[in-house]
Amino acid sequence: MSIRRLLIANRGEIARRITRTAHQMGIEVVAIFADDDANSPFVREADRALTLGSGPLSETYLNSTAIIERALTSRADAIHPGYGFLSEQADFARAVIGAGLTWVGPPPEAIAALGDKLAAKRIVSAVGVPVLPSIEVASDTELEFPLLIKAAAGGGGKAMHIVNTPDELHAALAVAQREALHAFADTTLFVERYLQNARHIEVQVLADDHGNLVHCFERECSIQRRHQKVIEEAPSPSIDGEQRAALTRAALAAVAAVGYRNAGTVEFVVEPSGAFWFLEVNTRLQVEHPVTEEVTGIDLVREQLRIAEGKPISFRQEDLALTGHAIEARLYAEDPAHDYLPSPGHLLEWAPRVDLGARFESGVESGTEIGSDFDPMLAKVIVHADSRTEAAQRLAMVLATTRIRGLTTNRDLLVATLRHRDFLEGQATTSFLSQAELRSRTEDDDLLDAAYALTLCQAERRRSNAPILRSIPSGWTNAVLEPQRVRYLVDGGELEIRYRRDRDGSYLVGHNDQEDIAIIGQDSDGSVTLQRGGRLHRFHIFTSAKESWVQGAGHDHKLVAVDRFGNRSEPVAAGTLASPLPGHVSKVWVQVGDRVRTGQALVTIEAMKMEHTVTAPSPGVVTEIYVRANQQVKAAAPLVLLDETGND
Amino acid sequence: MSPNVIRSVLDTQAPTFIENRKRMLELIAQLDELGREAAGSNRGAAVARHVARGKLPVRERISLLIDQDSPFLEISPLAGYGTDYAIGGGMVVGIGVVESTECVIAANDPTDLGGALTAISIRKLMRALEIARQNRLPYIQLVESAGGDLRGLSDDEDPESLLRRNLSHFADTGRMFHDITELSAMGIPTISVVFGPSTAGGAYQPGLSDYNVFVRQQAKVFLGGPPLVKMATGEEASDEDLGGAHMHATVSGLADYLAEDELEAIAMSRDIVAHLHWHKAGTGPVTLEPEPPAYSADGLLGLISADLKSPVEMLEVIARIVDGSRFEEFKSMYGTTLVCGWATIHGFAVGILASNGVLFSDSSEKAAQFIQLCNQIDTPLIFLQHVTGYMVGKDYERQGIIKHGSQMINAVSNSTVPHITVILGASYGAGNYGMSGRAFDTRFVFLWPSAKIAIMGPKQMAGVMSLVRKAQAQRQGAQLDEHKEASFTEAVENFAEAQSRALYATGRVVDDGIIDPRDTRSALAMALSACHSGPVVGERRFGVFRL
Repeated sequence: MSIRRLLIANRGEIARRITRTAHQMGIEVVAIFADDDANSPFVREADRALTLGSGPLSETYLNSTAIIERALTSRADAIHPGYGFLSEQADFARAVIGAGLTWVGPPPEAIAALGDKLAAKRIVSAVGVPVLPSIEVASDTELEFPLLIKAAAGGGGKAMHIVNTPDELHAALAVAQREALHAFADTTLFVERYLQNARHIEVQVLADDHGNLVHCFERECSIQRRHQKVIEEAPSPSIDGEQRAALTRAALAAVAAVGYRNAGTVEFVVEPSGAFWFLEVNTRLQVEHPVTEEVTGIDLVREQLRIAEGKPISFRQEDLALTGHAIEARLYAEDPAHDYLPSPGHLLEWAPRVDLGARFESGVESGTEIGSDFDPMLAKVIVHADSRTEAAQRLAMVLATTRIRGLTTNRDLLVATLRHRDFLEGQATTSFLSQAELRSRTEDDDLLDAAYALTLCQAERRRSNAPILRSIPSGWTNAVLEPQRVRYLVDGGELEIRYRRDRDGSYLVGHNDQEDIAIIGQDSDGSVTLQRGGRLHRFHIFTSAKESWVQGAGHDHKLVAVDRFGNRSEPVAAGTLASPLPGHVSKVWVQVGDRVRTGQALVTIEAMKMEHTVTAPSPGVVTEIYVRANQQVKAAAPLVLLDETGND
Repeated sequence: MSPNVIRSVLDTQAPTFIENRKRMLELIAQLDELGREAAGSNRGAAVARHVARGKLPVRERISLLIDQDSPFLEISPLAGYGTDYAIGGGMVVGIGVVESTECVIAANDPTDLGGALTAISIRKLMRALEIARQNRLPYIQLVESAGGDLRGLSDDEDPESLLRRNLSHFADTGRMFHDITELSAMGIPTISVVFGPSTAGGAYQPGLSDYNVFVRQQAKVFLGGPPLVKMATGEEASDEDLGGAHMHATVSGLADYLAEDELEAIAMSRDIVAHLHWHKAGTGPVTLEPEPPAYSADGLLGLISADLKSPVEMLEVIARIVDGSRFEEFKSMYGTTLVCGWATIHGFAVGILASNGVLFSDSSEKAAQFIQLCNQIDTPLIFLQHVTGYMVGKDYERQGIIKHGSQMINAVSNSTVPHITVILGASYGAGNYGMSGRAFDTRFVFLWPSAKIAIMGPKQMAGVMSLVRKAQAQRQGAQLDEHKEASFTEAVENFAEAQSRALYATGRVVDDGIIDPRDTRSALAMALSACHSGPVVGERRFGVFRL
């Protein structure tokens, strides 16, 4: 039974990715969407699109009844779940099949068997795959730290916590439990030994109804933050042929044990010694599947659809070979400088660097609103090259020259990682991002140049837009006046820039005790050049109201102009603690009148399935609480007023 | 079709150019030094005290009041030079852009005699009011003044000499009140922002303004302060009781806006200007994207010789001031000591009269015709002066130089388009008048550092006086000591020379300031734009021309 019309039970980049292959195979696509996504590219590119209305996720992308109902109304004959959402819900797979539709994924029984991480460990262990023993926390045995808490139903790094000392354990378990409940509706946790400086290596497998079971080699995904992958590659730079053979053999054994069908990924953790341990099986298409596609030349979505149609896998194991090296970087709207806090907002400009042969998998476009309901991934960028070094360098170049404005992103971090010696030498482990010194020494200088470029560019723009006297040189005067001044908020600090235009059109610029001559230029492509100290810097500047994004050679800077008369609106009382991001208040820990000590939890905000707890910056008394649990808050919304004066 | 670009033949490597330029840069350096002094470089302690009270220096207040990056044309920055008063005269006056509106700004400098009104600051204030009135510019005064300069005698001074020296009179200063309220009646808004004391006579400054912004805890506005009240009625009262900002905002109603601090006061005054939605009455520039001159303004530095006897190549000057160096010359082969023609400066159409040395009958006639033509088409006039006067001598008198000079003065006097004059070098005798000197309702008069203004050249003056003395001695049959006479003549020449210097004039506020020649184009554009705030209308009917 061939698929003619496919409903994609997902959104964003993965919906577009599946649509592309479906269209190549002549299959019509039905999109479903929450109302906020109505104008998204994935909806436009589908042949039909049906709304799921608005409301919480449980009523939209997690509403299995509604989705199956839409599939039937639109006369779709199959459902592809993508990744995340309902992709690993055995009940959903069962319901899809029960409704007479083709399920593009593994059998529900396999999903169920592997979905419980604890059960999965038992199953694969039985067929000889090495697994890390689970530790019974309740027992009185001496625990060996560090430990890693995981949710049995987990995935995506959610509810995963490293515990370094015994006294952190109980608090961490409580948080993990709450997160697990929220993310998976299941509070079962387990604890393992936490392996430091390990590598995350996973094997892509495919199985069909005809008894074919193949692997498509491995991917290494060691560059992680918050237990979530940000850079993935294939093949792994850290294993040899022998290890590859052992890993792929173990992977095939693991999936064979549960009668697996369709695409799946078997994840392992590999210790520096070479010893490896089974982690889990992901019973779906992985986010990082493109790197495998690049080095093997196969289309995994196509294979998924063929297998679902009952056809055999289109190639044999011995046909498959690795060609070159592929690296994927995940661009997130998040702030690496602030613990990777999501930074939702308006993506004002999205201009991928498309001429270098990089593959962009993205669900956004200029103008897209990045909300706080979903994972803040903007795009995956994949480069395939002959060598790993070339792939890394070209990917860094593509990322650095892609124009992204309106949001704080992890782009600089990705570029710095891809250019880092340890990464290039294949030495980076899962601890890389938490250990490596990625802030380059020239960053402050780069910021200053960015600030000068922005300042002078805006000064010239103000002149050319002036209704009167616009052709008079900027700031011209015959009087003895101080230089022009502007102030910006950058990374929470304030940056003051002075400037004065000279007769020859150059500017005397200054910051603190530094003073320089700078020349500003505007290129026809909208970029701005700044000459200072014998160097020419090129920037792309995007400004929206008071906020500007300045993108230079190496870094992105966000500068927020400070009004020269200060903020004349309602003053915020000193001692007010504000929400660090938009989200929903999951817990208020204190009451008015409470005396709190430094670091004590006050309010917990949940956004994008992560918890962020606002703590007391100093001892004090809670005099006002502006929020209550389960309430939505905006970024910078006042949460708690702390009286810090009443301390002795 | 745009007129042709002036072909410059200036040799910037010529020894005279290099020499002239060097001297001009020395003069500029001296002016810059004086400018810094006016801005408080030698009042460090007073400025520090002011700032320590949490107050903004006067120039900081102005910088914040005007739009970011907008130009500011200061008027008479070196007023008071060569007088008993500090340079700058305790007052900063200028034209600045507030919320995209050109305004006249007059601000007391409280670090100089507490911002007291002196003979110099009153002149500047009156000039500020005049600029607002003539050009229909909204008027903003930033007030912080100790009041009238009541300093009496210094210990060693003879009261008689003080009376003789101090020629200004209390009765005169009342005109300021008249002029402020006259502006309002003319439909020109007046705004007072009171940062500190504004008492007694000074209290009428806000009293007569359309809008008042008072800074809390700083503004003090009363007719009589605590000592005077105590003396007059025996009543005990504090400053805040008598005239605090809060009292005026809540009780007397004198303050329209109560600002918490200086920044807020400035922001409030900007808001006031914004709500004026000021429309300029002039036709404005003919293009918003003017071409810059084809030649560097640096060339202006080397055009003026030290002795002022050499002519100034006026086409070279014009080429460095007007848009695209394009100049349509009028009667280029007639009366060539006066160059006339049309151009635009930062897009503003102008007629230019540039005198190069002596005015003859033909050049005077040419001027009279040109001025009438510009009035016919409502085009402002720019006068570039290097003029040693009208020609004297038998032949010239017979040709009627008086008649022709009078025609020119008649045309200049009755012309109603705005006149702006720049004195580059000599400005002697009736030449100063004919070329629209200060006395001819000229909207703005700027001096180059090389300018000399006098009834005649200092050498001529000393020589004339020497001849007069010799003739007198001869009449009386006395013997003249040649040696003594020579040294006396030299002294006279030096005295006349000193009095003719640009700095001497500017110190007495008989111009609007000395400008760096390289700033001429910008200063003229600012002045022209200010003129266009009011209607620019020429006179079609002139007085009877004596032919």
